[in-house]
Amino acid sequence: MGMTIVQKILARAAGRSEVAVGEVVEPAVDLAMSHENGALVMNQFFEVFKGTGLEPTVWDPSKIAIILDHRVPAESAKTATNQKKIREFVAKQGITKFHDIRGDQGGICHQILPEHGYTRPGQVIVGTDSHTTSHGAVGAFSFGIGATEMAGVWALGRIFNVEVPATIKVVVNGVLPEGVLPKDLILHLIGSISAEGANFQVIEFHGRGVTSMPLSGRLTICNMSVEAGATSGIVPADAETERYLREEAGVTDPLDMVAPDADAEYSRVIEIDAASLAPQIACPHTVDRVRPVDQVAGVKVHQIVIGSCTNGRLDDLEVAARILKGRRVANGVRMLIFPASWRIYREALRRGMLAELVDAGAVVMNPGCGCCLGVHQGALGDGEVALSTTNRNFKGRMGNPNAEVYLCSPAVAAASALTGVITDPR
Amino acid sequence: MAQVVLTLADDISTDVIYPGRFMATVLPSETPQFAFADYEINARLKSGQIAPGSAIVAGANFGCGSSREQAASTLKGHELIVVAKGFARIFLQNSANLGLRTIICPDIEASVGDELEFTPAEVVNKTTGKRFEIVPLPKARQDIIDAGGLIAYTRKRLLEARGAA
Ligand code: SF4
Repeated sequence: MGMTIVQKILARAAGRSEVAVGEVVEPAVDLAMSHENGALVMNQFFEVFKGTGLEPTVWDPSKIAIILDHRVPAESAKTATNQKKIREFVAKQGITKFHDIRGDQGGICHQILPEHGYTRPGQVIVGTDSHTTSHGAVGAFSFGIGATEMAGVWALGRIFNVEVPATIKVVVNGVLPEGVLPKDLILHLIGSISAEGANFQVIEFHGRGVTSMPLSGRLTICNMSVEAGATSGIVPADAETERYLREEAGVTDPLDMVAPDADAEYSRVIEIDAASLAPQIACPHTVDRVRPVDQVAGVKVHQIVIGSCTNGRLDDLEVAARILKGRRVANGVRMLIFPASWRIYREALRRGMLAELVDAGAVVMNPGCGCCLGVHQGALGDGEVALSTTNRNFKGRMGNPNAEVYLCSPAVAAASALTGVITDPR
Repeated sequence: MAQVVLTLADDISTDVIYPGRFMATVLPSETPQFAFADYEINARLKSGQIAPGSAIVAGANFGCGSSREQAASTLKGHELIVVAKGFARIFLQNSANLGLRTIICPDIEASVGDELEFTPAEVVNKTTGKRFEIVPLPKARQDIIDAGGLIAYTRKRLLEARGAA
């Protein structure tokens, strides 16, 4: 029987020759990621050890990654204290993949992991963050879990009760036209299958539209697979995966280039014609209310946001800088940019992009989650509208339930910054 | 018998259940104060006007979005029962792990004030007299619930793996 890529990865990690969809397995975990919610994981981890007489030590400190990104620098005493506890825990346990709030190492977890070569094809990766789906971009099976589950992983190195998911195969035929970006592709897919269209399933991406896409774009589409409910998105590792990991992430070890079998069984096959896609917008307050940009063009916006684990990478900033260079952000519009990591920030600085953006009137914030989740920077006022390259537009997401968030690509965001209304960048 | 105290549409996200701005509060003992923080029901929950064992009835994809476990612990803290047409994966898992009672009932029809009764196979709306089939939880999740939650389950597994002290 042929297996999907996720079946193959799970079979290996569970020490089996094959696994069937629906079976329950306990795979060994290759990488376990947390961020500030590591503070809750720690609490649950100590709870697990209570009364056992055992010393609370993690199973393998080299396989745990903790990245401080959600509220950096800390916005409150409470957050600062949580971060302090995490630093102490990391030092005590000898956790090496720790990224603090520093210009030489920090950033958003879903950028730091691939950027430093922590994520590899064929791995089982879990993270206490729903967008852990991102790391399917390198050909890993990577999914979000809760803090108590993570406490179990820290203790035992396994994730319990994983039902082998069914897989939806998405084939993107052709290549994306000029001005249409990976974000538009994934928004289109979410809009067409709905916010629960892939619930409990994995999305495996194929076709020239994906093989021709740089790894940064693959991170974008896998990142947002969870917005269709998917357990994970995954792109089979290929030459681009290898290029990225070798050249950009500096990985020198052998890679396990696992691929699905030709006769793998899929729950559904969806074909998308890349050439026919236009820029897309997700309208408030669900990510699947997706419309082509011309149907919402002209909506007035107050805040434009470019950044996040979805679209805060160098090529995203480059798209924005190209559009904004020598021009000015419209009056009455605040434009906030938060690069996904300090490595990206430094490179954008070196190439002059940050200066072009700031000259145009944008505010470049420190790398991190910024205003994406509505706790820290860039909250919206009552009745205000944001147009953002982030991944969620739920009511209240940007800190105010009486405001609206539209989601788009960096090209749409930058073009709209110039006009103050939602604008087609083409 | 559980009284319905709130009915909700499809796709209720964890940002609605437990807004991101309260995420620095992590302990299950402290999260209940922020349940549905931006909505009117929050005040009634906090002032104890809603009895433990009351029910929320929601549409499809309840708990979509963030993996934040606070969304489950905040409802568990009030001992609410969530009956939904469907749940998002991580929320459903977090609920099993923390002991929040979730019932998957794809055809559920109920209004605020209705009294619900749960049998192993059905939700019975005593107010309207209608009965609705329940989709059983996957066995793997039921095992965790039966063990008294994931902490207890993991502790047992830890002792097996590292040997009793
Ligand atoms: S940028 Fe937003 S979506 Fe991404 S990890 Fe941070 S809070 Fe989550």
